Amino acid sequence: MGLLQAKSDALAARLAGRTLGQGGWLVAVQAAALDRLRPMGLPGKRDEYWRYTDPTSLTAVEPPKADLFDTKGEARPFSAIDRLKLVFVDGVFDSVQSDPLALDGVEITPLADAAGTEGHWAAGLYGMLEACGQSPVERPLAALNTALATQGMMIRVTGRPSKPISMIYLCTSDTSDAILHHCVKLAPGAELTLLENGPAAARLNKVLEVDVGEGARLHHVRTQGRDHQRRAATHIFGSIAAGALFKSFTLTANGRLTRNEAVLELLGDDAVAHVAGATVGDGEFHHDDTVFITHAGQRCESRQVFKKVLKNGAVGVFQGKILVKPGAQKTDGYQISQSLLLDEDSQFLAKPELEIYADDVKCSHGSTSGAIDETALYYLRSRGVPLKAAQSLLVLAFLAEAIDEIEDEAIADDIRDRLEGWLQRHEH
Amino acid sequence: MLEIKNLHVKLAEEDKVILRGLNLTIGAGEVHAIMGPNGSGKSTLSYVLSGRDGYEVTEGSAKLLGQELLDMEPEARAAAGLFLAFQYPVEIPGVGNMTFLRTALNSQRKARGEEEVSAGDFLKLVREKAKALKIDAEMLKRPVNVGFSGGEKKRNEILQMAMLEPKMCILDETDSGLDVDAMKLVSDGVNALRDAGRSFLVITHYQRLLDHIKPDVVHIMAAGRIVKTGGPELALEVEHNGYADLLAEVQ
Ligand SMILES: Nc1ncnc2c1ncn2[C@@H]1O[C@H](COP(=O)(O)OP(=O)(O)O)[C@@H](O)[C@H]1O
Ligand SMILES: [Mg+2]
Repeated sequence: MGLLQAKSDALAARLAGRTLGQGGWLVAVQAAALDRLRPMGLPGKRDEYWRYTDPTSLTAVEPPKADLFDTKGEARPFSAIDRLKLVFVDGVFDSVQSDPLALDGVEITPLADAAGTEGHWAAGLYGMLEACGQSPVERPLAALNTALATQGMMIRVTGRPSKPISMIYLCTSDTSDAILHHCVKLAPGAELTLLENGPAAARLNKVLEVDVGEGARLHHVRTQGRDHQRRAATHIFGSIAAGALFKSFTLTANGRLTRNEAVLELLGDDAVAHVAGATVGDGEFHHDDTVFITHAGQRCESRQVFKKVLKNGAVGVFQGKILVKPGAQKTDGYQISQSLLLDEDSQFLAKPELEIYADDVKCSHGSTSGAIDETALYYLRSRGVPLKAAQSLLVLAFLAEAIDEIEDEAIADDIRDRLEGWLQRHEH
Repeated sequence: MLEIKNLHVKLAEEDKVILRGLNLTIGAGEVHAIMGPNGSGKSTLSYVLSGRDGYEVTEGSAKLLGQELLDMEPEARAAAGLFLAFQYPVEIPGVGNMTFLRTALNSQRKARGEEEVSAGDFLKLVREKAKALKIDAEMLKRPVNVGFSGGEKKRNEILQMAMLEPKMCILDETDSGLDVDAMKLVSDGVNALRDAGRSFLVITHYQRLLDHIKPDVVHIMAAGRIVKTGGPELALEVEHNGYADLLAEVQ
């Protein structure tokens, strides 16, 4: 009881003095989220689901201070890509810095505006996938997000827009505490590429709900801010209909603490979901990928590809589960999580899980942890490649399988360039 | 070109001594062959010359064009003109063969203060050299040596040699695992590179490679030393009588 008490005390402290949204459908949604949240309380160190990652700084009333990071004028991710820019500053939408919210085949509405619109389509999605994603594992930070968020973008895609939508999260305060909640709904046959980049805040709690309609395709690529001290807990809740595809890739370089959860359900037959991550951490760095993929439809394919490069005491965590429901025959599930430890101080903790209730399925998972291949290093050097360049080449090679999950070559090249830059700055 | 004097080498981690006072001098434009029983230290010699970890030189020197190789990093030895075609070429998943070749070539050029080769020129060059070795475009795109057959790996080594244009080429059992056709391709590749300014050290077990790549000098190596040196006829002698007689004779 003491533990539970502590968790609900933490929640009470976090909620103290907060007033929930003003009017509209959002009020009821927030109240329902609070009702879900109260019996859970906030996550604690003893929770099985938080075994490898200490949630204290994510649940604390105030975010720990995070010094702003000077990128020294370096171009931001995706700069060279033609895209519709939506800018958030310290977690608040900035319409002045953003492009006009107009793009053929898409309807984009800031959360505040959607909340004030009676019968807005987002009322049927907002908080719904998060609520479904609370079982069989509780995700209190996501419920907290739904209860408190007042910022986010509601994006409905009915066609095939000519360019990606790009959310840019600027951080200008070392104590900012952002809560963002986006919804993306793709009508049957629609297509979208969604980009995200930037630290957003000293502490970020973000939820992205995606509803991918029949035969629709959603590509999601994000880079999380390079600020060394920022903290982030993010959730993607996805529902993928028959014949639809959802691919999500995340690049994480730096950050004091990152917990990225992806909770995806392949609802219809022949659906595809891929989640991938490339992570590079040096020093005080803790990065946790927690993935839960449910196969409900038949002949669905899921892939989880997570690669982490760790040095100077950095910690990487992977918890990945594939759940195959009864009747989800011909499921093709693949999961790989690997770490490249560049020294003996770093560590990688992995917990891969399969739970299968159908008999005709193909599921594989693997997890490895290793050092750089000395023989390959020597081979490269014997051909004239200098040590550092050879090491970088091998690190990029290690990450390649994750980056290959990005379909758009220009975007993939941008990610590779970022990684090369990081490797140069963090040469050992 | 290459001058090895009284080279003594042991394993770094163990007390095992492998090379025991090896002497070898190769002049510019010459082709030398080293033959010798398994375990005599042939590969170790090639590794030590190219700078592989795990070996400790306890005595001696090895100079390439007057420069002491043993003091240099492996990449510097390569830039200075040394090339080793590996007995067991290394697989590097995730690194494309083209990227590998271009990075290697331009790294060496940069180290020598030469201009880097442009992407276009590089492509032209690599296509031309690959064609001669019957290496197709698909093989060039694949990760370095991954999924290559034994013969493809060896041809890929020769392609690297052709691209990097080294001055001193060491071929460690390049013939092992090759069928007759592949042997011909590889030998033609090597012969095409023969030049007054380029020398070769061909390590092999068998006479047959030396039918294609005609050596000027043949050395017999045993227990970490060169025990006998002669002309091409020495290789024939080994082929007919094996090493036993030869070794008995020198002892
Ligand atoms: N890294 C190593 N670790 C242990 N033993 C080694 C190593 N390298 C070489 N040796 C040993 O040294 C001897 C010479 O090996 P090697 O140079 O490969 O001979 P060769 O190429 O002539 O067949 C062998 O007895 C071999 O087992
Ligand atoms: Mg050998």
